[in-house]
Amino acid sequence: MSPSPLAALFSREIRVARRLGGGGTMGVIFFLILVTIVPFAIGPDLNLLSRIGPAILWIAALLATLLGLDRLFQADHEDGSLDLMLTSDTPLELVVLVKCLAHWVVTGLPLVIAAPLFGLMLALDPQALWTVTLSLLAGTPALALLGAIGAALTVTLRRGGLLMAILILPLAIPVLIFGVSAASASTSATTPFWPPFLILCALTLATLAAAPFAVAAALRHMSE
Amino acid sequence: MLKYANPTFFLPLVAKLLPWLAGATVAAFAIGIWGAFFSAPADYQQGETVRIMYIHVPAAWLSMFCYATMTASALGTLVWRHPLADAAQKAAAPIGAAFTFVCLVTGSLWGKPMWGTWWVWDARLTSVLVLFVIYLGLIALWQTIEDPGRAARGAAILTLVGVVNLPIIKFSVDWWNTLHQPASVFRMGGPTIAPSMLWPLLVMGIAFTLLFTTLHLMATRNEILRRRLRRLAIQTATGETNAQPTHRLTMTGGAE
Repeated sequence: MSPSPLAALFSREIRVARRLGGGGTMGVIFFLILVTIVPFAIGPDLNLLSRIGPAILWIAALLATLLGLDRLFQADHEDGSLDLMLTSDTPLELVVLVKCLAHWVVTGLPLVIAAPLFGLMLALDPQALWTVTLSLLAGTPALALLGAIGAALTVTLRRGGLLMAILILPLAIPVLIFGVSAASASTSATTPFWPPFLILCALTLATLAAAPFAVAAALRHMSE
Repeated sequence: MLKYANPTFFLPLVAKLLPWLAGATVAAFAIGIWGAFFSAPADYQQGETVRIMYIHVPAAWLSMFCYATMTASALGTLVWRHPLADAAQKAAAPIGAAFTFVCLVTGSLWGKPMWGTWWVWDARLTSVLVLFVIYLGLIALWQTIEDPGRAARGAAILTLVGVVNLPIIKFSVDWWNTLHQPASVFRMGGPTIAPSMLWPLLVMGIAFTLLFTTLHLMATRNEILRRRLRRLAIQTATGETNAQPTHRLTMTGGAE
């Protein structure tokens, strides 16, 4: 097995994402717009912004993760490559994991990289920049994996995007809670950083272990 | 037992059971409501508003019990692909959503005089709200996917994923320091409620459970009939002859 099929799939996913949606740039632009809108909505008070900045960045990340998620399996379903994945020797769970990883590299990772910059615009202090970036790095993979469950459940629906958001967002609430409390640890004196951060890591690891099975089961059942 | 899992045996069984269940529900509600509103004393601190508890707490129990029922049905759908499990699963979702809604509304009405606010974002309230949204999402999923068999399997997977919320609801009052009071009936070391208040609460719990069972059986029956109608409609539309033996129509598995 010289070029591993999973590695080939990974590079295919990245290539497709880069050619179709401009890769990570689209997600980052969306992220930027969301961050830009908030000061217009709540007023340009820097003290207020720096207090709620971590929460704004997390909500923006949550919404940006939804971007393009409805096409994660749908495009493959339409052009038939999903059937190839279903019938191939490679376990579907691993295929799903690789697709999620590629999706995260294209949508989640750019957000994590851009987060310190946008944090500066929201007047976060240097320590808060670190905690936000770390918490996003630990939490966004869980968001992508949970999103994949919704994407798989709505794979055959023509306009499943809205339904997918309704299905996913309640499941993403725990990730959001611990992500935001870890991210805002430096701005509030009462919450420590490590306990919520470690719980966030645990959530990500648990979804990493469980979500591929749910996604694969959903794909098998929904696309037959 | 397994025999009754076949829709053909299930329907007559339901027809036999329903009058008894409905009667028992009415009787349990009569005793429970009398106990809750006339027999039980007012609380020394909360006054008469404590009577909201007799609706609120059973509704909260049932909102979780209903989800547990749906989870069991979801396993039946995924493991055995059983058509009755599909129907039971679909029938439970709106009932569960209704109980959760009652729980949230009564809790809100109770919270206003006691806590001074309609709503707080504490762990118990938030996790129950999430349960409500999951119910709504499941109902939306059922309505969006046209093929009943496929909808059942999709909803089953989502139900199993969402079941992590149940322990969070149950233990949220222990894990986090919440405004909502901790468990006082099902706890280690016995209930902490006075017996004069406990018995109407338990009777109301039984009444709510009977109500759920009655409604759930009725809704499951309706769902089975709806599937038969759907199958008949498809057969009529495709011009399929009715030469097949009629018992095929009773196998209500999703048209795949």
